[in-house]
Amino acid sequence: MKFLPLIFANLLRKKVRTVLTIGSFAVALFLFGLLATINVAFSQGIDVAGADRLMVINKVSIIQPLPLPYRDRILRIPGVKQVTFANWFGGVYIDEKNFFAQFAVDPETYRSMYPEFVIPDDQWKAFREDKAGAIAGKLTADKYHWKIGDRIPIKGTYLSGVFEFNLHGIYRGTRPQDDTTQFWFHWDYLNEKMPASYKNMIGWYTLRIENPDQAARVMKAIDETFANSPYETRAQTEKEMATSFAKQMGNIEFLILSIGAVVFFTLLLVTGNTMAIAVRERTAELAVLKTVGFPDWAVLMLVLAESVLVALLGGGLGIALAKALTLRGDPTNGLLPIFYLPPGQIATGVGVALLVGVIAGFLPAFSAMRLRVVEALRRV
Amino acid sequence: MKLGSGNGNGLIKVRNLDKKYMRGSEEIHVLQGLNLDVDEGDFVAFMGPSGSGKTTLLNLLGGLDVPSAGSITVAGDEITRLSGSRLTAWRARHVGFIFQMYNLIPVLTAFRNVELPLLLTGLGKAERRKHVETVLGVVGLGDRQQHYPRQLSGGQQQRVAIARAIVADATFLLCDEPTGDLDRKSADEILNLIDLLVRDHGKTVLMVTHDPRAAERAQQVLHLEKGVLVEGAPSAVRA
Repeated sequence: MKFLPLIFANLLRKKVRTVLTIGSFAVALFLFGLLATINVAFSQGIDVAGADRLMVINKVSIIQPLPLPYRDRILRIPGVKQVTFANWFGGVYIDEKNFFAQFAVDPETYRSMYPEFVIPDDQWKAFREDKAGAIAGKLTADKYHWKIGDRIPIKGTYLSGVFEFNLHGIYRGTRPQDDTTQFWFHWDYLNEKMPASYKNMIGWYTLRIENPDQAARVMKAIDETFANSPYETRAQTEKEMATSFAKQMGNIEFLILSIGAVVFFTLLLVTGNTMAIAVRERTAELAVLKTVGFPDWAVLMLVLAESVLVALLGGGLGIALAKALTLRGDPTNGLLPIFYLPPGQIATGVGVALLVGVIAGFLPAFSAMRLRVVEALRRV
Repeated sequence: MKLGSGNGNGLIKVRNLDKKYMRGSEEIHVLQGLNLDVDEGDFVAFMGPSGSGKTTLLNLLGGLDVPSAGSITVAGDEITRLSGSRLTAWRARHVGFIFQMYNLIPVLTAFRNVELPLLLTGLGKAERRKHVETVLGVVGLGDRQQHYPRQLSGGQQQRVAIARAIVADATFLLCDEPTGDLDRKSADEILNLIDLLVRDHGKTVLMVTHDPRAAERAQQVLHLEKGVLVEGAPSAVRA
């Protein structure tokens, strides 16, 4: 602590240079925070996937439907505890840019399948009793300033016409990464509007199994049950489903790692160069410190502390800005419903900044430590 | 040859001190078989032409450099036998340096500059403050504590450097041309201050100078010529 005034005084000696170096860290860590947030957005389904939940979709693709009667047959398969289903709606609220996921769900079973979504009993009851009822996630409700009792018009895309919904409830997530942008309404309401050829068809089944260890067996049993039928199935764990969905967007994680590595390597060079210049400019002063009795390790630590302090100040600022941005919610109008920078990623960012600070400062600090006092004083 | 007051309480004993270094392929013999005794409370001035080895001797006495041969003993410690880290610790405890160009840290106030050697001690903040205020008072800069070096005159900066040299109660002070960058008036003030430290505070001072008026203040003037130490005028070599 008693060396802090010396460290800060040295940092403030070239204010513009210090500000620029801190700025470099801030920009890099802001970018890191943003990339990490995007990565989380794409992989959030993987992280939040329930271990005991399976998804069953049409073997051809998720956009192909499955018959509703499959529900009872799936329920009869040993190991299956509970089944619910849903359809994608894809309607437009006022304007096409207002994007959020809309699902036609089964009010009898959907809520208990997703205990991570919390909704008051009275709101759910009101929703169940009104065929035109709807439930919205908190993020979406806040975004459009919806209140319970509001009438929400949503224009169909694959179905013509405007669908009017009565908002009876707002759900919240139990974890920060839970998706609270969805909009649920009665599957029956949608089914009524469907053309005859699509009636009693659903988009996917979600089922809970008794034991996650039996997932492979249950999935195999389901797919075998519907093999060689007009609607063959593909059962997979919720996690696999989320992973394959994320992979459709490309290898986001690799992309982010590559960009991050380039940014941090550049930062390492910039900071290392800055610290080397700072030490070179201060050769005589470092020699004076050694003359008055500062041991080698203290000189090393002083230079290293400067580098680390710059890294932490800049890194902290960048991460804080990234966090502040994510607190304002998804800036893409629904493409990234989970726009969230988790504490683990914040810690990683700060840790990486710290590491860059240490590595960048080490060589200049080491050369300061090895400085020969007599030679350095001769240069004064 | 044995020079110095040598009146019995030898604080510094230098024996057969040699210092050589290589410049390209040429060997430079800076100091040759030098012997010296300095007692506690002595004020010794070293004079001599440039390149005679004055600063090298000071560096060796202060533990900033190591000799090629010979020994230096200070208050019973043979510093030429100490390892690098122990020598640094010894220097912090025993030596106060005063340079021609003051060598203050420009981004620190007078107070912080003087406090530097105390950061290495176990003293608490309040104790450090008390020490610094005391020595700044001794050098007459009690009212300039929060001034930065650039806000002080050359003479004032040298006073800060002196305060830094004495704040940890060094055993002896090494002054390398302490008045070399000052006008006459400021130089006299600095010399008066050094006199005061010797006379009233019992400090031992070894000073390198080109200035005969500065050397006059010392109790003893020693001359270095081509690495050999002689007492009195350069021609008065004693065997």
